[in-house]
Amino acid sequence: MTNSPTTPGVVAGRLAPSALADNFADLHPPLDAHEAHVAADRCYFCHDAPCTTACPTEIDIPLFIRQIMTGTPEAAAKTILDQNILGGMCARVCPTETLCEEVCVREVAEGEPVQIGRLQRYATDTLMGANVHPFTRAAATGKRVAVVGAGPAGLAAAHRLAMHGHDVVIYDAKPKPGGLNEYGIASYKTVENFAAREVDWLMQIGGITLETGKALGSDITLDALTTEYDAVFLGIGLGNTNALGIDGESLDGVVDAVKFIADLRQADDLAKLPVGRNVVVIGGGMTAIDAAVQSKLLGAENVTLVYRRTQDKMPASEYEQHLAQSKGVHIMSSVAPVALKGEGHVAAIELAYTDENAKPTGETFTLPADQVFKAIGQVFEAVEGLDLDGRKIAVTGAGRTSRKGVWAGGDCTAGEDLTVVAVSEGRDAAEDIHASLMG
Amino acid sequence: MADLTTDFIGIKSPNPFWLASAPPTDKEYNVRRAFEAGWGGVVWKTLGAEGPPIVNVSGPRYGAIWGADRRLLGLNNIELITDRPLQTNLDEIKRVKQDYPDHAVVVSLMVPVEEDAWKDILERVSETGADGVELNFGCPHGMAERGMGSAVGQVPEYVGLITSWVKKHSDLPCIVKLTPNITDITKPAQAAKENGADAVSMINTITSITSVNLDEMCPEPMIDGLGTHGGYCGPAVKPIAMNMVAQVARKPETAGIPISGIGGVTTWRDAAEFMALGAGNVQVCTAAMTYGFRIVKEMCSGLSQWMDEKGYTSTADFIGKATPKVTNWEHLNLDYVTKAEIDQDLCISCGRCYAACEDTSHQAIAMSDDRVFTVKDDECVACNLCVNVCPIDGCITMRTLKPGEVDERTGMTIPAVDDKRTWLEHPNNPDGDPLTCISRGQ
Repeated sequence: MTNSPTTPGVVAGRLAPSALADNFADLHPPLDAHEAHVAADRCYFCHDAPCTTACPTEIDIPLFIRQIMTGTPEAAAKTILDQNILGGMCARVCPTETLCEEVCVREVAEGEPVQIGRLQRYATDTLMGANVHPFTRAAATGKRVAVVGAGPAGLAAAHRLAMHGHDVVIYDAKPKPGGLNEYGIASYKTVENFAAREVDWLMQIGGITLETGKALGSDITLDALTTEYDAVFLGIGLGNTNALGIDGESLDGVVDAVKFIADLRQADDLAKLPVGRNVVVIGGGMTAIDAAVQSKLLGAENVTLVYRRTQDKMPASEYEQHLAQSKGVHIMSSVAPVALKGEGHVAAIELAYTDENAKPTGETFTLPADQVFKAIGQVFEAVEGLDLDGRKIAVTGAGRTSRKGVWAGGDCTAGEDLTVVAVSEGRDAAEDIHASLMG
Repeated sequence: MADLTTDFIGIKSPNPFWLASAPPTDKEYNVRRAFEAGWGGVVWKTLGAEGPPIVNVSGPRYGAIWGADRRLLGLNNIELITDRPLQTNLDEIKRVKQDYPDHAVVVSLMVPVEEDAWKDILERVSETGADGVELNFGCPHGMAERGMGSAVGQVPEYVGLITSWVKKHSDLPCIVKLTPNITDITKPAQAAKENGADAVSMINTITSITSVNLDEMCPEPMIDGLGTHGGYCGPAVKPIAMNMVAQVARKPETAGIPISGIGGVTTWRDAAEFMALGAGNVQVCTAAMTYGFRIVKEMCSGLSQWMDEKGYTSTADFIGKATPKVTNWEHLNLDYVTKAEIDQDLCISCGRCYAACEDTSHQAIAMSDDRVFTVKDDECVACNLCVNVCPIDGCITMRTLKPGEVDERTGMTIPAVDDKRTWLEHPNNPDGDPLTCISRGQ
C-alpha cells in the first residue's frame, strides 16, 4: 500500500488496516459489570423522572437503572424493550445529550449526567448476548398486516403487531432490513453488524415475514396492499435528497452523503473504500457530521464541514460537533456553496460568507475539493393517494393517514427524524391498528 | 499543632489511634510496620493458654457488604484468636516493646474460666514488658462455644470474677473488652468496674450473617458448603458502638471508667465522635484492613487540624464533652419546633423529598407542574426524612421556630424558653404536671 492522507485525488487505502480498525472501533465501548454498577449508583431514582419524560419512547429509566444496580440487567432490558423494542440500537445512536441525559438532574446539578445511554446498552447487550427474546405472541388473530419499510418504525410496528397475534409481512426496497440502522448510521456507533443482529433478534417473536427488494410504487402498490391485508403501515422514510442547485453539481466526486455513509456501512473492507484528500461536506446535521468524521477516519487529509448558518443553529448537537472537531474535522459556519469547479471531476468549491440571516455577504473564497458530500437534508418521495402535511405524509392520532386502513410513522411523517421517535411512532401505530382490527 | 499524645489509664502513646486486637496485630512483622506507619499503639491479637495452637478454618474467613463501587461498608469474620504458639507471640511482644518504648503495647488475652489459667498467662505476659492487658470477653464465634469470649462477656458475674482474678494476680493495667451481643452493655461494664478493671473497651464484633449465597443456599463465607455466624465490624457498626460507649459513659453506675472506643472508626472524625462521647482513645481494625496502615496519617492530621480549629490543645480537652448532651427521650423539649426549608437555588428537582414525604411520611411537600418542590408548613412535622434523602448537601435544612412564632401545623405558639415542656410536663402524659398544661390553655 502506497497511499497516504496526502495522496492526491480520491483513492482507497490511505491508512493502514490496523489504523482503520482502530478508527472504526466502538465509539463508546460497552460498560463492564462493575462500571455499570458504579454508573447505575449515580442515579437518584427521581420522582416522575425528567429523563423518562424526555424519552420519546418513555422508558422507565430510573427503574431499569435500579434493576441494573441490583444485579438484574435482564429485567432492566425487559423494562427498556417493553417500551422500545430497538432499545439496543437507541442505546447506541440516540442523541442522549439532547434527550434523557440533557435533563438528568445530575447534568443540571454537576454537568455530568448519569450515563443512561451506556447503561441501556449494558442491559440490552446482556439480554441479547444471551440470545433471550423476552416476548411471546398472543393467540393468533387471523388478521394480516403489511408493513412497508424495515426501518425502525416498521420494525417496531411489526414486532408489536406480531406480539398481539397478527401475521405481519414487512416489505423493504433494500436488500437488507434495518433501514437507516443498517445503511445510515456512522459505523463506529454500531459496530459488529449490530443492526442486522438486532433485526434477527427482533424477528424471534415469530409471525413476521420479511420481503426484501420490494419497493413501494414499482414492486408493490398501496392499492394492492390495502386489498390483500387488513391494515397497512408505512414506514418508508425519506427517499430523496435535496439538491444544491448550483453550478458543477453533476461533476464526478460530488455525491450524496447518505450514499457515502451507506457504502461505508456495507463495505467489507474499509481499505478498499476510496476517499478524497480534500473533502468538503455541505450541511450541518447528523448526516453531515457522520460523513465528515468518517472521511477523516478513512484518512482524508483535510475535511471541512461547511454550514450556511451560524454554528449555534447547527442541527447536529454540540456533542456531535465536538466529536467531529476532536477527530480533526474543520467546521466552518456562515459559509454557503456558490459553485463546484473542475474538469469532469470536482477540484474545488467556491464558497460565500453569509450574514446572520444566512444571506451571502458578497465575499467569496475557494477551497480545494476532490470529494464533496451533500448533506442538506432528505425529502419525502410522495405516495399516490395520501394527503400530505407539508412535505410529509399527513397523519392524525397514532399515525392514521388520510386513507382508511393505512397508518404511517417514522421519518416519512412529521416530527423529529430520530430512530427513537420512529420506534415510538411505529409502536403506537401498531397499538392503534390492533385496537381497530379487534374493536 | 495540637498535641495528640494520649495517656490512657497510665499507658502513654503518641496519639490516640491504637490498632485493635485482630489480624493486623497478630505478629511482630505487622506491628513493627504499624508503628513505623504512625500508629500510637496496638492491642496484640488475643493469646490463648499454652497448649496445641488454635486451628482456624482454611477457607474464607471474611464476609462483607459493599457500596456500589465496592466500598467496604461492613466486614464479618470467623477467625479465632491467634493460631501461633504462645511463646512465639510472647517473644515477639518483648522485642517490639523494647524497640518501641514510647508506643502502647497491650496484650489481649482469652483463657478458660479458671483462676490458674489466668494467673499463668499473666505471669508470662508481665515478663514481656507489655503496657497492659485486654481481656477478650467479646469474640462471638468459635471461642464462645468453648465457654470463652462472648460467652463470658454475656454473663456479668463471669466478667466480674475474671476481672478480679486478673487484678489479683497482676499489676498490669487491665482493660475489659465488652461484647455488644447483649441487651444492656452497662451490666458487664459495671461488673468490670466494680471488680477493679482499669478500663473497658467496646465494642467487640456483632454476631452476624453478612450474605447468603442464593445459588448454594448457604450463608457466606462458605466453608465446604456450610456457613456460620461471624463477628460484624466496620463503618456499618459505628452507630451501635457509639451508643454503647455513651451508655457506659453516662450511666451513674459505670460513669467515670475509662473507655477505649472501638467500632467502625475509619477517619479522624469517627475518632473525634467516639472521644466526644467519652472514649479516651480509639481502636481501629477494619479501616486498616481495608486500606492498609497509611490511613493513620490522615487520622492524625485530621484530628490535629480539627483540634487546632476548635482550640483544643490536648485530647483531654474534648474527651466526654458530648456525654452530658446524651439524654433520654423524656427530657427532649416537645415545644421545640422546626420546619424543613428547601433552598430553591440548590435544588436539582430530583423529587426524592417529595416521593419520601408523599409516599411514606406526612404529605408535607408540594410539587408544581414545573418540578418546584416546596414545604407545606401546616403539614410538616419536621421529621427530617427529606433532609436525609436529599442528594444535595445543605439543600434542605431545618429552620427552628422562635418563641412567639406559630406552628402552622398545630396552631401552637412557641413558648418562651423558660416555659418549654418535656414529656414530663406534657398534658398528654398521665403523670405530667397539670399546672403547666393549664397555663398553656390546653
